[in-house]
Amino acid sequence: MLQLFRRLLLVGLVKPIAKLIIGVDVRGRRNLPIAGPAIIAANHNSHIDTLLLICLFPSASLRHVRPVAAADHFLQSPLSSWFSQKIVGILPIDRTGGAKRDVLAGCREALERDEILLLFPEGTRGEAEEMGNFKSGIARLAEQFPDTPIVPVYLQGAGRVLPRGARIPVPFTCSAIIGKPFRWSGDRRSFMQSLKSTIEALSSAAPPLRWL
Amino acid sequence: MAIDWFLLQPLALRAGFGGLLLLLVLGSLAAIILPRVQPGKWQDLAPRMTSWWLICGIVGAALLAGWQAFTLLFAYISFVALREFLTLAPTRREDRLVVLLVYLSVLISYWAIWINNYDYFLVIVPIYVFVGTAITMAFMGRTDGFLATVGIMHWGVIVCVYNLGHIAFLMRTPLAEVPQAGPAGLVFFLIFVTQFNDVAQYVWGKLLGRHKISPTVSPNKTWEGAIGGFLTTAAVFVALAPFFTPLSFYPSLFIGLTLPVLGFFGDITMSAIKRDLGVKDTSQLLPGHGGALDRLDSLMFTAPWYFHMLAIFALERF
Repeated sequence: MLQLFRRLLLVGLVKPIAKLIIGVDVRGRRNLPIAGPAIIAANHNSHIDTLLLICLFPSASLRHVRPVAAADHFLQSPLSSWFSQKIVGILPIDRTGGAKRDVLAGCREALERDEILLLFPEGTRGEAEEMGNFKSGIARLAEQFPDTPIVPVYLQGAGRVLPRGARIPVPFTCSAIIGKPFRWSGDRRSFMQSLKSTIEALSSAAPPLRWL
Repeated sequence: MAIDWFLLQPLALRAGFGGLLLLLVLGSLAAIILPRVQPGKWQDLAPRMTSWWLICGIVGAALLAGWQAFTLLFAYISFVALREFLTLAPTRREDRLVVLLVYLSVLISYWAIWINNYDYFLVIVPIYVFVGTAITMAFMGRTDGFLATVGIMHWGVIVCVYNLGHIAFLMRTPLAEVPQAGPAGLVFFLIFVTQFNDVAQYVWGKLLGRHKISPTVSPNKTWEGAIGGFLTTAAVFVALAPFFTPLSFYPSLFIGLTLPVLGFFGDITMSAIKRDLGVKDTSQLLPGHGGALDRLDSLMFTAPWYFHMLAIFALERF
């Protein structure tokens, strides 16, 4: 019942708003997996990023799509917690926990259930339209699931639509450039380097950003 | 029921839609056959035709549905064009709210069209949006890049909202003044002739194009394509004008010869802007065409010209 409501809301309201009001240009749609398990790794600038990524998927695969999001941010109030977990379908991740707690357990279970994880390796939105350092959690996941495809996605424009700290979204056409899926390379350092350089390379296919 | 309603439309409009359907079918056939005859030369034709079907379907349906639907559709089209423009053009971080205000001008301008107030429509964008954006930006307080940014905002609103809005306003022409095919016929004819001119130039250019007009701005534009397109369009305009417009022969000859030239310049102006911004297409909205601006570029220049020429030569309303 809730699953049906979620899908109706996403397909009937969220996707049309994103496509008609904000506007999304997609390149490389063929690279996008429509069935799990898979990890989508994208750069992160805005809450709109999650919306853009959700919009890429056909409505039939939406129930497998799970954005990985910060527990400290989205589980603050009961309403936000309910909405984030039940409607958006986030997998909360604890950003504050030290080494003793296994923060990736939720992600592993989701991959075992053949779900599609939406992951932002920067771990935070950072400055609008600038890419920060990548956290290595995704490499640990890839190492444990070496057969799972990792799909690099470069997102542009969401940081202008709704930068960190802004309250009112302003429509700007956004771009999502989906790269070719790749798998665990056998070494964390080289995996992280190639992930970041792949996403940076995808950005050259996006229109030039003039954000002075 | 739907058939009966369609049969109630003016004859010229029905014939126009019939002709358009024929052109679409021929174009789609060409998109299937030509790539096999001359591989490599026509591969952009198939996605282009698919987008043409979509454009003609949506705009045609709104035209037949009446001025309300058409005004809403064009308000949305203006918004999409403006969004493409403001996404590509340089804006400053502080300008997000000014951009929001500029979007608001779409609502205000089309509201003037909705209430059929031409005077309001004439002054809203060139005066009040102009003043309003400048005031808001001055209030935001960042001075570096002020003039460039305020100019960009204004350029976008003029071409995307003011110029395009004339098309929607043409739908408010009283039926008594245009018994030939009604206001929808006037608008149909403008859009048809402008797009026909683009296609005619494209086809003449592909067939005979040798001498480039402006290699720095638009390398695909040739004298052969442009002149072939102008003359073909002028002939079509003069031949069809009596069925769609109240224009007599000499005015229709004058408009037939000048309208395609404006369409051509609208096209290369947008090309110059795209080169300036460093993009080939304004977005990926319409496969084979690019973005909304890529398709609307010539209409942005032809619409006000057609509107004013009709107002001078034939219409009492404006």
